[in-house]
Amino acid sequence: MTQDSKHLEVTLETQVESVNLAEEMCLRVAEAAGFGEDDCYRIGMSVREGVINAFHYGNEERPEKKIHLALDLTPEKMVIHVLDEGKGFDLRGVPDPLAQENLLSTSGRGIFLMRAFMDEFEVIPGRTGGAEIIMSKRLPPPGSAGRNGKSQNATPNKES
Amino acid sequence: MALRATYREAAGVTVVDIGGRITLGEGSALLRKTIRELLEEQRTLILLNLADVDYIDSSGIGELVSAYTGVKNRGGNLKLLHLTKKVHDLLQLTKLFTVFEVYSDESSALRSYQ
Repeated sequence: MTQDSKHLEVTLETQVESVNLAEEMCLRVAEAAGFGEDDCYRIGMSVREGVINAFHYGNEERPEKKIHLALDLTPEKMVIHVLDEGKGFDLRGVPDPLAQENLLSTSGRGIFLMRAFMDEFEVIPGRTGGAEIIMSKRLPPPGSAGRNGKSQNATPNKES
Repeated sequence: MALRATYREAAGVTVVDIGGRITLGEGSALLRKTIRELLEEQRTLILLNLADVDYIDSSGIGELVSAYTGVKNRGGNLKLLHLTKKVHDLLQLTKLFTVFEVYSDESSALRSYQ
């Protein structure tokens, strides 16, 4: 961690309210860091999906387990870590929600949305034995239109 | 903002006016409850007016799909009206535009049930 980097860490209960709390917290950091409205939306949604994943699939909604959320803000990007206390999972085993046979599935779109909305996304085995989602978004250059620019758009990044 | 839902009858179709966020927790639960009540009342032609829905997460998407299949299984039809840009883009991204019939004006939507 360099002098210009900031680190924030919070432990969340395995409960529905943690999803909103995590989203709000990350949105505040993202806004303060200079992300525009579109990017804030994408970051907020990705954090929601990461914490929903930890709450539901990782910790299996068991209240004695915790969700560990960490943010690293560097001059280049915002990195978000969501760690659960479950059994971990392999990304290769996650069904493609865009496959015809999965379109009417009522779940299984969270990973897809995080991948679409963030610049980098990976899942690694966490120190708790659970899964750790690591995702990041590059900061817009100072003075660019994306720097706190306002529009209403959910379209993912081209490079995602 | 918490989800709110009210419904009205128009040309034999139940139009559900929804506002707020359809997300994990109360938002998704209210949508589920509303659709269940409508089906219990044998209302199977349903138009969801999402004009005031500014946010949907994956749980909300799942609830919309569940509502769609639940209504279809009862021999009815559930369509969507007035999507905001964010919701429109999200349905496009998840390919659900190929599943849902989506309308931008209520009269056309109501006529489509005839």
